[in-house]
Amino acid sequence: MSLIRRSIPRPGSLVRSDAIQRVLAFGALIVIVIFFSLASPNFLQFDNFVGILLATAVVGVLALGTTFVIISGGIDLSIGTVMTLSAVITGVLITSMQLPVVVGIVGGVGIGGLAGLANGILIARFKIPPFIATLGMLNVAKGLALVISGLTPIYFSGTPEFNEGAMGSLIGGILPGVDIPNIVLVLFGAALLASLLLTKTVLGRYTFAIGSNEEAARLSGVNVDAWKAGVYVIGGLFAGLGGVLIAARLNSAQPSLGFGYELDAITAAVIGGTSLAGGEGSILGTVIGAFIISTLTNGLRILSVPQEWQTVVTGGIVILAVYLDIIRRRRQT
Amino acid sequence: MADVLVAMEHISKDFPGVRALDDCRFELRSGEIHALVGENGAGKSTLMKILAGVYTADMGEIRFKGQPVDIPSPHAAQDLGISIIHQELNLMPHLTVAQNIFIGREPRGRLRYDLDEGELNARTRQLLETLHLSLNPRMKVANLAVAQQQMVEIAKALSFDAEVLIMDEPTAALTETEIDELFRIIRQLRERGVGVVHISHRLEELKQISDRVTVMRDGRYIDTVATAEASIDRIISMMVGRTIFEATPEIPEHPDPEVVLEVRDLSRGRMVRNVSFQLRRGEILGFAGLVGAGRTEVARAIFGADRLDSGEVFVRGKLVHIGSPTDAVSHGIGYLSEDRKRYGLALGMDVETNVVLAAFRRFVGVLGWINSRLTRAAAESQVKHLAIKTPSLGQKVRNLSGGTQQKVVVAKWLTANTEILIFDEPTRGIDVGAKSEIYRLLNDLAKEGRAIIMISSELPEILRMSHRIVVMCEGRVTGELTSDQATQEKIMTFATQRAPA
Repeated sequence: MSLIRRSIPRPGSLVRSDAIQRVLAFGALIVIVIFFSLASPNFLQFDNFVGILLATAVVGVLALGTTFVIISGGIDLSIGTVMTLSAVITGVLITSMQLPVVVGIVGGVGIGGLAGLANGILIARFKIPPFIATLGMLNVAKGLALVISGLTPIYFSGTPEFNEGAMGSLIGGILPGVDIPNIVLVLFGAALLASLLLTKTVLGRYTFAIGSNEEAARLSGVNVDAWKAGVYVIGGLFAGLGGVLIAARLNSAQPSLGFGYELDAITAAVIGGTSLAGGEGSILGTVIGAFIISTLTNGLRILSVPQEWQTVVTGGIVILAVYLDIIRRRRQT
Repeated sequence: MADVLVAMEHISKDFPGVRALDDCRFELRSGEIHALVGENGAGKSTLMKILAGVYTADMGEIRFKGQPVDIPSPHAAQDLGISIIHQELNLMPHLTVAQNIFIGREPRGRLRYDLDEGELNARTRQLLETLHLSLNPRMKVANLAVAQQQMVEIAKALSFDAEVLIMDEPTAALTETEIDELFRIIRQLRERGVGVVHISHRLEELKQISDRVTVMRDGRYIDTVATAEASIDRIISMMVGRTIFEATPEIPEHPDPEVVLEVRDLSRGRMVRNVSFQLRRGEILGFAGLVGAGRTEVARAIFGADRLDSGEVFVRGKLVHIGSPTDAVSHGIGYLSEDRKRYGLALGMDVETNVVLAAFRRFVGVLGWINSRLTRAAAESQVKHLAIKTPSLGQKVRNLSGGTQQKVVVAKWLTANTEILIFDEPTRGIDVGAKSEIYRLLNDLAKEGRAIIMISSELPEILRMSHRIVVMCEGRVTGELTSDQATQEKIMTFATQRAPA
């Protein structure tokens, strides 16, 4: 006698709800692009397209790490200022300490990983709620960035290759005219790596498992605390990479920049179908989400909507995205 | 005689304020199905959680195949070949069947930390085939029916090549056919020499499947007998002991049987279907049924905690609209959740605050100040009235025993002047001594003229306390009995009476 015959789930429920959200998000991106193309002739230009890609690169990389953290059922508010701290550390290593650019990059990413490890230990070992632990880290990183930089921007004037590496175009070298900066390639490379980590490795599996039902994972013998800490390290490493990228792009480490990036990153993930309740999400969705935010900001600027109003719109989108997430979850139960 | 697989001796375990286990023992042989029975709170689950490494014993010894062993974690238990299926489903709904079964032991690829998803699904398919379960390994668990989820749990437990399989009330949510299916698998395991521990409340079922029965009561070991030689009556009498059946004298019917609450055709989703009943002043109306019959859902709907699909509620003859718990309280209805800690109490606050919580408005002065003299007086009078055992009004509720906490919840609703009280499993997690106090309290409240609905899954409790009994099954009211008609058998018949498909 078969058990399965009695209650066959509705066929529709076979589709993962975050997949539905991904399709919706992609549709929304298309609609936004069409809208701005019709609204302004300046929108659908190659240079503007590159501008959007550039604007997405840093927030996109931050959002990759955030996706892991949110899928695990946590939150990381510190990545914006950790990014700043990483940029400053990279600046100090390359300029004041005169170390090779590679060392600066590794150091910047590494300090992000350390901050993530600190978050992870506070949350997994000392059971401090993620919201509070990372809020504390937000200020710690912000303060350290200011102290280390002495409140002034650090310019990479002695190492032009740092900026050129990010803003130059390998693609342009092969396909003349298609000058897409390398920093965009870094985003896509990082996204590919993140996607593999999330779907093909033990770390990714346990990220989902912990977010789905932490207690069940623990009772199944998964070392929940260690993997949870690992998730925040991933978040920190991507924040560190974001710091290196923003420093290279601006050719300087700006100690007062960074606060607020974490909200854009969280928004990108949520728009892309990552559930704030944990257990669901994808890298592809997050990348689409990041593009939605930057395209929207870009389009509003082209339509000469004042900066203040752009902020109001993105704020509204955060609320809308979270509300969609709640509706989605309510329908599931 | 078969080999002894597991021997637990002199096991004791304390939880804050409760002695969960007191010098217990348990023996499991290979190739036997060993039933572990006892009333709720007898300590069955605790004892088995110790064997499965979820808890560690304060005292005692566990021997596995004759060797003394330490089982400090679930992982350690799995390594020994001891698997447990918990009472609550312990699955990750966002993961697939295969991912759930092999969580923590995924087949890895060449890079050590990468996953071999093909191998994972293949192994799962193989496992499911040997168990004759037709489940799709790639299906997300969230999309499975509860019974199928249960099967996933079982498959997972067996995937450890378990020599000991502990099942904590595995059949509570299953239908007859599914139970047959489960028993087929259990018997198959017995053939293979696995020792199976089966915890269940359904004694007929145990009679059918088990080889030996161990009875526990109030955290103590009572006896182990061969199932074939023990009648159900004898097992029951060992379970409940003598004291519980010395029923308190029946409470006389209240002289003024005014209907204070009437519910007509209440419906909400699948769990509440066309439920109608009446509740009279001074009456204790028992709500019986199996776990998941929809009793709590009815209570929540009446109380306004969940929205109704349809139906009417009359309070003292007047049609009322209850859209929220606030409305319910203003109509004099109080609900005492089965999960006191989550829904009934502000655990971190003191007794006084908890007592006045539902009626705060009465204690607030003109300027919005809380009149602490009035709140103290109200709390003091309730502490006296209900004999609440607390060192002071300032005692944090968290530090009180389960029975005392229950009384604080009652005090809260009495302070709010509720005439209709819905008790959802009022004695769950309360030790036997405190239980009889709760029973006395319910009787006293009824005598005062309040109307009481008591939801309980413990039949002796229902039979002992209720003037009338409403029985539910799958969201429907399947029977109504007066206290002199009611027997365990009649209630169970109604409680398992499914609607024709």
